[in-house]
Amino acid sequence: MKRYLTGRIGQALLVLWGAYTVTYFILYMLPGDTLAIMLSASGMEADGLSPEDLAKARTYYGLDKGLFEQYFDLLWRALHGDLGQSLSLGRPVTALLAERLPQTLALAGTAIVLSLLAGVGLAYLTAYLQWRPLKTALARLPSLGFSVPVFWMGLLLIQVFAFALGWLPATGSQGLASLVLPAITLAIPSAAVYAQVLQRGFQGVWQEPYITTAFAKGLSRAQVQARHGLRNAALPLLTLVGLQVGNTVSGAVLVETIFSRNGVGRLAQEAVLRQDIPVVLAIVAVSAAAFVVVNLIVDLLYPYLDPRITHTAKVS
Amino acid sequence: MTIDIPLTPIDTQHASAVAPPATPWKRRTRLQRVYQALAPLLRRPGFSLALLIVLFALFAALAPQLLTSFDPYATSPADKLSAPSVVHWFGTDELGRDLYTRVVYGARLSVLAALLAVTIALVGGLGLGALAGFAGGRVDAALMRLIDVLLALPGLLLALAIVTAIGFGTVPVAVAVGVGIIPGFARTTRAEVLRIKTLPYVEAARLGGASWVRTLLRHVLPNAWGPVAVLATLDFGAAILATAGLSFLGFGAAPPAAEWGTLIANGRHFLITAPWVSLLPGLFVVAVVFSLNHLARSAEEHAR
Amino acid sequence: MSQPQLIQVRDLSISYTFAGQRTQAVRQLSFSLAQGETLAIVGESGSGKSTLANALLGLLPANANIEQGELRVDGIDVAQASERVRRTLRGRTIALVPQDPMVSLNPTLRIGRQIAEALLLAHDGRHYPGLDAQVLALLEQVGIDEPPLRARQYPHELSGGMRQRVLIAIALAGDPRLIIADEPTSALDVTVQRRILDHLQQLVAERGISLLIITHDLGMACDRADRLLVMKQGELVEHASPRQILWGAQQPYTRDLLNAAPAFVPRKRPPGVPAQTPLLRLSNVGKRFALPGQHAHFTALQGLNLELHAGQTLAIVGESGSGKSTALRIALGLEKPSQGRVEFAGVDVSACSWRQFRPLRRRIQLVQQNPFAALDPRFTVFDSIVEPLVSFGLLKGAALERKARELIARVQLPVHFLDRLPRELSGGQRQRVAIARALALEPEVLLLDEPVSALDVSVQAQILALLADLQRELGIAYVLVSHDLAVVASMADHVLVLRRGETVEQGPAVQVFGSPASAYTRALIEAIPGHSRSVLPVAV
Repeated sequence: MKRYLTGRIGQALLVLWGAYTVTYFILYMLPGDTLAIMLSASGMEADGLSPEDLAKARTYYGLDKGLFEQYFDLLWRALHGDLGQSLSLGRPVTALLAERLPQTLALAGTAIVLSLLAGVGLAYLTAYLQWRPLKTALARLPSLGFSVPVFWMGLLLIQVFAFALGWLPATGSQGLASLVLPAITLAIPSAAVYAQVLQRGFQGVWQEPYITTAFAKGLSRAQVQARHGLRNAALPLLTLVGLQVGNTVSGAVLVETIFSRNGVGRLAQEAVLRQDIPVVLAIVAVSAAAFVVVNLIVDLLYPYLDPRITHTAKVS
Repeated sequence: MTIDIPLTPIDTQHASAVAPPATPWKRRTRLQRVYQALAPLLRRPGFSLALLIVLFALFAALAPQLLTSFDPYATSPADKLSAPSVVHWFGTDELGRDLYTRVVYGARLSVLAALLAVTIALVGGLGLGALAGFAGGRVDAALMRLIDVLLALPGLLLALAIVTAIGFGTVPVAVAVGVGIIPGFARTTRAEVLRIKTLPYVEAARLGGASWVRTLLRHVLPNAWGPVAVLATLDFGAAILATAGLSFLGFGAAPPAAEWGTLIANGRHFLITAPWVSLLPGLFVVAVVFSLNHLARSAEEHAR
Repeated sequence: MSQPQLIQVRDLSISYTFAGQRTQAVRQLSFSLAQGETLAIVGESGSGKSTLANALLGLLPANANIEQGELRVDGIDVAQASERVRRTLRGRTIALVPQDPMVSLNPTLRIGRQIAEALLLAHDGRHYPGLDAQVLALLEQVGIDEPPLRARQYPHELSGGMRQRVLIAIALAGDPRLIIADEPTSALDVTVQRRILDHLQQLVAERGISLLIITHDLGMACDRADRLLVMKQGELVEHASPRQILWGAQQPYTRDLLNAAPAFVPRKRPPGVPAQTPLLRLSNVGKRFALPGQHAHFTALQGLNLELHAGQTLAIVGESGSGKSTALRIALGLEKPSQGRVEFAGVDVSACSWRQFRPLRRRIQLVQQNPFAALDPRFTVFDSIVEPLVSFGLLKGAALERKARELIARVQLPVHFLDRLPRELSGGQRQRVAIARALALEPEVLLLDEPVSALDVSVQAQILALLADLQRELGIAYVLVSHDLAVVASMADHVLVLRRGETVEQGPAVQVFGSPASAYTRALIEAIPGHSRSVLPVAV
């Protein structure tokens, strides 16, 4: 067990490092002229500077060192918590993140809880019902959830609930009321995924022979679904929650933009618009870290849910 | 408790005595077989409707001028922000441009961008997945770590990074989205290849003298194609949504180009007074993506 | 009939509707079962026996339709009853021992909990103080060792036989009046099955429970039942006692079933071919597998010696885990032996790489166990059969087509089958195609891995007859691997009995079957259904 633990943690660190490196190379290697981008991000024009100024700027941005030296320097500083300076805002990135992160965490957390409740509930209901028409309709619902662009859904909800009905605020980052619409918008795609996977899971489980055994004991449909169906169908859900972290973060960028919330997502959007490389790098790295950590926790929890993994079979 | 195909008692003696060499049995061509497989699907109304919508979108991408008489760039301040009517099916935007026309012309950019994205993902994902599944061992482990790294970078954020680096526009957006979809394809392909690799008929082919290449091309990949094709259709829809999202955020083609995401972003400012400017293009997107999903699911269910 | 029967079925007809088509599963069936009796329903696939069992339990799927008739269980008509009434019958009046113990238990719940669930239902769902003790008592009654330990374990930690016993415990928990045993002999090894079935019958007899055995195995049914019902395509064909069926009054179908079950009559062959170089020889072959994450090794085979001469059949017999499949794979070059030598026609091939072995593939071929997965679902029969020829580049164009026609005629299938896809063929037909494919390269040795175990009894007989014909015509040598002694007996010249990787007995078939030297072989022979009661002719 200990070997498994250290193995998984090692893997997680490797993936995190890989993610950081890939992003670094994209941001610093892909562009034709990194210096020009950084200058324009800071509000200056490359053409308007003399060669000495350009050289100074290069040193200032750390672009005069070799590629690898630059990379290790950045990595080293990042590991110590220094994520660089925002080019457009002139403030340390770490401070910016610290400011905006709580908003996003609140949003993402609420969204995840909502999506689990909705997704599992819908799938459970679909599996339990026996009336064909309603069952088929409910089975198609997750597909609709996938097809709706997150940003459009947000606008629709704003139109209906904020403007037409006036129940909830359309924008803002303070207070619980302003969290409702954004959280619902963000929750919908994830809920659709959970519902879809769980529906499939139930479909598969209902065909299994041990369900027949359960019925033969004299259990009712509700009892069979709750005691034998759910536990087996829900096994893949845990892994899925881990994977959905990525989608939730992506969605947060869009949702925060629409609802004008002061979160990390909107920070990312602004940073890209201004080509503020250090900020983009930092945000991507932090998201990757979040993804890796959550999935690591999921991997460590999994053996507790599926007895086939911990209790190795003893052939007798 | 299995129900087998009922046994057809073969009158074997009779058959072998009667088989005349002149009996011309014609092998059904692959096309005939495909048609026979698809026909029952087409009879379903939902499937046909979905197919029509998707074909409409593709047609709009290729020849938008045939579907509308308006010019997507012609402004007409007199008609600005008018509601949907018989003349303007979707209404007009703040510059008086016919919205329906803008949506139809937007299909070119959005659909083609999505197609490019899926192609990139297919080529990359199929290649990686097939290689990993077939080779196994260390190669498999290494490639899977690479996929893990890609997975750890959230799709939109990875796209944002790529767009930051190489600039805004339809093609960068498509490339960014495509790279983000690769992990899904790689994983599905790998899982299928792993599953098929152990099936008896693959072993039988190898025992019959088939080389690895022949086995891969004629047995493994054709049988692995099913789930990958379904995923490709689903991801085509997802790619449309992703490219729309990026253009919504402002990283797509510059105005006055009419990408779907840009159209929706544009209408944000007029939500209170003229909601159709944002909502109707969005509805169109939903229809197309939902149809794609429906096609994929129906085909999958039918094949099972 | 003064005493009310436990089960009374009158004119029962059940049909299924699927994709707009209606299939009749049971046609006007009538029979009855008294308390304490053991009744066997015998039929092949498609006979309607499983539908009947489901109908008794009230577990028919949604697309099944009880068109007419009565199905009375303990006086209550299940066909007309509501789900609530049916539920009261399940577990408490009728219990089920399912077919495949490996998948019939919930993998995420502990054994004790699953048994307790059944007990609780018998007590109206209310927890009562003696529950745990009763669970342990039940486990002991069904013959499971260390009940307290087992109750806390999960299904995957138990062997197949133990899982079957747990399922019997679950069935007994509700104190039923009838137990339905669904195909109780299909999933486990013969010796294990026999023990468990004996035990079940003993328990059932002690408590006066009726037993309804659903099976395709006529021999086993004759062994254990008081009465038999033979069904064919939904209709009742024969209703008699075992004695009657075996010694006299029989319907043609029943006679066919009896004859098709390979009679345990070892083949008498002309005296052996003079000693030449054996086509295939394994000398002192052993195979060890390293277990993942552990230092110990798993010995699959040890000290195996066998020789195969042209035109003869060598049978390798063993239960699961005996190493017989490993032996085949080593002979084919799919695995390398850890020790020992493999010689093909005098050439040592033990250390050959795949590329070196390839030319030999034309002389030694394999027919696999599962005909349903042995053909590429996208290849037509034509493509599948000629693939080996194409892989070696031996024939092209018109010559290829001619060869295909020849091969398909040889396995006694009509020519137009060349155009079909595997999913359009039955199991027996697919197996014929697999045999045709194996013959394409005109091999000298054919390895057959359980070639008929996945098929119905009547089809088995056809395939075995085909194999015998082919051997006569083409002079191919066979290595036949099977767990079914009756199948082996009809075809083998030499027999090798394996147990857990070791050779238990080896020699000419007549000798091994007629006067088995080892106790294990004797046990295997006795476990053959029908053998013990000496009601089937056993000629030596």
